[in-house]
Amino acid sequence: MLTETLLTLIARVISGASVRWVESQPDTCQRVYFANHTSHLDVILVWSALPTPVRRLTRPVAAKDYWSRGWLRRHLAKTFNAILIDRMEIKVHQSPVDLMLREIGRTHSVIMFPEGGRSAGDVTGEFKSGLYYLAKKRPDLELVPVYINNMNRILPRGEYLPVPLLSSVTFGPPIWLESNEPKTDFLARARDAVLRLKEC
Amino acid sequence: MVPSLFVGVVLVVLAAATVGGQWLRRRESPAIDRRAVDSFNARVQAWWFFTVVIVLAFLWPGLTVLLFAMISFWALREFVTLTPTRIGDHRALFWVFFFFTPMQFVLVYFNNYGLYSILIPVFAFLFIAARAAVYGDYDRFLERIAKVQCGLLICVYCFSYAPALLYLRTAEQPERRDPANMLFFFITIVLSSDLLQWAWSGIYNRHIIAEKINPVMSWEGVLAGSASAAALGWMLNWAAPFPNWWQTVAMSLLIAVMAACGSMTMSAIKRDRGELTSGNFVEGHGGVLSRIDSICFAAPVFYHVTRYFFGA
Repeated sequence: MLTETLLTLIARVISGASVRWVESQPDTCQRVYFANHTSHLDVILVWSALPTPVRRLTRPVAAKDYWSRGWLRRHLAKTFNAILIDRMEIKVHQSPVDLMLREIGRTHSVIMFPEGGRSAGDVTGEFKSGLYYLAKKRPDLELVPVYINNMNRILPRGEYLPVPLLSSVTFGPPIWLESNEPKTDFLARARDAVLRLKEC
Repeated sequence: MVPSLFVGVVLVVLAAATVGGQWLRRRESPAIDRRAVDSFNARVQAWWFFTVVIVLAFLWPGLTVLLFAMISFWALREFVTLTPTRIGDHRALFWVFFFFTPMQFVLVYFNNYGLYSILIPVFAFLFIAARAAVYGDYDRFLERIAKVQCGLLICVYCFSYAPALLYLRTAEQPERRDPANMLFFFITIVLSSDLLQWAWSGIYNRHIIAEKINPVMSWEGVLAGSASAAALGWMLNWAAPFPNWWQTVAMSLLIAVMAACGSMTMSAIKRDRGELTSGNFVEGHGGVLSRIDSICFAAPVFYHVTRYFFGA
């Protein structure tokens, strides 16, 4: 509780983020927020940009190898109620998508970064297929694109001290997987949905 | 006695401006330019803010320095956000934000003129260039470091001369019974001349200074606005920290001209970055910067001219 308030405050101060909802509204229904990924602070930023009742029901997906190292990171991951995914060893019977679906159940929403890792600079990499399988197994989830602007300058890849510039988080209108839509088309469409928010 | 009367007069003027602005905002009439009314209200709001900050200075100057430091920090943030930097500048920027900016205001608070007048133009100036060079990215090097240096100079160095006025002693009143009087006079003239120049430009706009940079500001507006600010200075002469009335008028004129230069320069910087036209970056950003641009230009000139001619 205290950590949550503190984190939200710190994230807002460091990133100076303004939060915008373009053609969409915050809601507690089950959603997948998918965003571009350029900095370690992205998780905290998107999470703290959500209104408190929504935030309580939203769980970020994070890499187990990074977030389970050390006391502080473990404590933070617990505060976010993060779903930790092992990206080193992916087992067939324990795929990340199944794990995510089991963890969110019928109540939680999830924040994910479909690029897999952080991209360098201003580019947004190709999306990995997790988002597609998630949408295929649970077609009722609303897929909300999120664009994070300027975080790559606040805490670039390879740096550990943030510079307090101003950033913005933009939530866009939800998309769904069309029936019989091929995987590559869907992933390209999802990526475009994120990048389009750059212009609004 | 004098400062409290001065504060009272300014508060009455501000209250009148606020009531007028809100009345215009509520009125539904096609004859009223909505953007002009909003712009007017934003200026009045900024003026209120600064007035409150300086009234605090009559009680506790340290708090005013702190508040100015925070405004400066925010303005620098906006400035650098508008400016493209590369990862090679990251470490230099870190020092700029977390060392040079706070240090400048700490030195102002301790009235260490010998150090704060050179901290940024000498030490930070050279440090930024060297730190960026050490990183090893030479792409558009001069352009990049110049932008960081310029942001630091305008948003922090120049702006810090406004709170420095709290500690400036003049021959007239060496014991400084009213430490905030000089600052209050300065802010009142700067912000009112900003408002007056803008208002006169709306009325007389035959010769626009630079249409591409600022479509509103006209030569007539700046001249009439500066003259009005000088007249205001003359009317406030009884509260001004200068011995003769013509000195107060000359100083007000100087402040007004520098304020106009500041607004024009900052408009040019923002145009260059496409902020004013597209505004798609982040809504409302650049807001602090456009409110303090006139202070940034007028403060160091006013400080040094006062120090040279009237300093104790």
